[in-house]
Amino acid sequence: MQAGDTQRKNRRTTLLLGGMVVLMFGFGFALVPLYNLFCQVTGTQSIALRAEMGRIPMTSTEVDEARLITVKFDTTVNPNLPWEFEAAKASMQVHPGQMYEVNFVANNRSSATVTGQAIPSVAPWQATPYFSKLECFCFNRQTLEGHEQTDMPLRFMVSPDLPAEIHSLTLSYSFMRLKAGQEPESPTAIPPAIVTAQ
Amino acid sequence: MSTTTLSHDEAHHHDAPKGWRRWLFSTNHKDIGTLYLLFALTMLFLGGASAMLIRMELFMPGIQLVDPDLYNNLVTNHALIMIFGAVMPAAAGLANWMIPMMIGAPDMALPRMNNLSFWILPAAATMLILSFVVPFFPGGGTQINTGWTLYPPLSVQVGMSMDFLIFAIHLLGISSVLASINIIVTLLNMRAPGMALMKMPMFCWTWLVTAFLLILVVPVLAGGVTMLLFDRHFGTSFFDAAGGGDPVLFQHLFWFFGHPEVYILLLPSIGVLSHVIPAFSRKPLFGYNSMVGSMLAVATIGMVVWAHHQYTIGMSMGAVTYFMIGTIIISIPVGLMIFNFIATMWRGSMTFETPMLFAIAIVLMFTFGGLSGVMLAVVPADMQYHDSMFVVAHFHYVLMPGAVFGLFAGVFYWLPKWTGHMYDERLGKIFFWTNVIGFNITFFPQHFLGLAGMPRRIIDYNVMFTEFNVISSVGAIIFGLSHLLLLYIVIKTIRGGKKAESRSWEGAKGLEWELDSPPAFHTWTVAPQVK
Repeated sequence: MQAGDTQRKNRRTTLLLGGMVVLMFGFGFALVPLYNLFCQVTGTQSIALRAEMGRIPMTSTEVDEARLITVKFDTTVNPNLPWEFEAAKASMQVHPGQMYEVNFVANNRSSATVTGQAIPSVAPWQATPYFSKLECFCFNRQTLEGHEQTDMPLRFMVSPDLPAEIHSLTLSYSFMRLKAGQEPESPTAIPPAIVTAQ
Repeated sequence: MSTTTLSHDEAHHHDAPKGWRRWLFSTNHKDIGTLYLLFALTMLFLGGASAMLIRMELFMPGIQLVDPDLYNNLVTNHALIMIFGAVMPAAAGLANWMIPMMIGAPDMALPRMNNLSFWILPAAATMLILSFVVPFFPGGGTQINTGWTLYPPLSVQVGMSMDFLIFAIHLLGISSVLASINIIVTLLNMRAPGMALMKMPMFCWTWLVTAFLLILVVPVLAGGVTMLLFDRHFGTSFFDAAGGGDPVLFQHLFWFFGHPEVYILLLPSIGVLSHVIPAFSRKPLFGYNSMVGSMLAVATIGMVVWAHHQYTIGMSMGAVTYFMIGTIIISIPVGLMIFNFIATMWRGSMTFETPMLFAIAIVLMFTFGGLSGVMLAVVPADMQYHDSMFVVAHFHYVLMPGAVFGLFAGVFYWLPKWTGHMYDERLGKIFFWTNVIGFNITFFPQHFLGLAGMPRRIIDYNVMFTEFNVISSVGAIIFGLSHLLLLYIVIKTIRGGKKAESRSWEGAKGLEWELDSPPAFHTWTVAPQVK
């Protein structure tokens, strides 16, 4: 009979399928670099890309008194950073083209000196290039002594070119801890670009 | 064990071995199928119990029975137990019982691996239950409050119960991948002479596609939870923004598995329907070829539309549009399947035994769930419905009829074949009506709750949502209790009843009905010739 034949065929198919399983397990891990690549190519949000978007120049600088945009502030502190960090106000009504200042309060709850770096992001992401930070604590690393509390100012302007369908936007900061000697990735590269755009 | 199927038959008596060895060391596809089904039935009650607790807690606004973390752990467990513990093993149980009998093979191609893939399951279930129990002990850490999607960063912060869960998922994944390999090998190499692929019974076709989907996506989930484990314990930052990772990556890995998983749950039931509806309409299945084609289309497109679960993460407009269009396109082959079922019933001499009742309920209610799915696929609308009770209503309308009712239909359809006894038709019908009515009372009001803005996965709610929640909870009691009747019917049928003929249903077609009811311990030791 061809029983032995079937068994040989079975073994071959099993090995083939087993190989497929191993490949797909590897594919899962390959998705990590592929995902970053995909985000770069298609323009899904990434810090480097936001820096690029900051280079879109403003066409008009006049204050648009007729328009009011709600800017909300959102703060997150990464669990590895022993700080409290909050905006002095939850939201503001702003006219496009006018400059505003808002304070953020940071408080080091540990007794050690800790350095952190704030990473900004704007939602909806389409508004990112129209939100200019003229002066921001996120341009530099911030160091707080043990139990030190400090005000961190932000001066910003919303461009009058902001698409008409956007009525409110959220500026979100995530504060990360920087280890000693560690350079922040690219956020410091953002501000000069934005400032020259003015 | 012997080396060839020929001496395999000679070396064994045709009686089953006795005692616990019969089950623990079993390499017989029928016994393993029974084990799978009993395991699934047990898990159905465990998952059902957690659902009952959820519904009782939501009976009134405020926090009554459980605390918020425990509530979210119950939500997590309900999903994982029902998907990995009840529906997938039940479908695998049907596959084990029926596939060799349907294609004229003496057993599954890899009987010992079959034994392994079942016996991993109780171990996995134990790990899953431990993940629930551990936080009750001092030092046990926090409860798994993430929901079944296990999104970081929350899942990185959960206590050691998450580690139990991660290993439970690994084990469940290994089990279903082994079972899938076995099923594919059986279907490709063990068919009776003359049975070409395009003559294969539909149930076998659906399982062939399901098994390939499992092999393609389960390893990716295993990779994803492995990365989670590494992030938790070995200082990597796959998903930690502070270390250059991205939590959204986990969502992509999860839904790359999670969306095809929906079709993994659905397709075996579509296979059952393709047998039940022709049998009780006394007509051959309408459009066999288009059925196979649309199934392949669903599986292929289903692999590349996963991000419609994540519209709100802030993807680019292009990406969102692609995922929206891809998702809506799936409704075309699915609609084709539904139309095929309706055309099969058209002008047939229909009778309405319990399996057929379930089949018709699926055609109606699965279509309904599919339509609310098209609503959710539309990006601007989904921004509104995302994470609301509307989503809960939608996926229960797809998964209960689409997966569970299909399994019920299969169990009632083949129960006479397995046990040799007809089940009590009157009780079967009572079960159907209480079950279906209970189901609709439970989940229909949740559409309204979701549209009115009630979020899912939250223990408390605004008092304005009270009425619909009360209705939903009352329905849940009817729905939940009705499954006790299922248990009773199954036990009663196993113990006795009217003797079933080998062709238990007048209109039933296929090789499995050529065998005795119940079939001998070893069947098709001489392969039948298929014309």
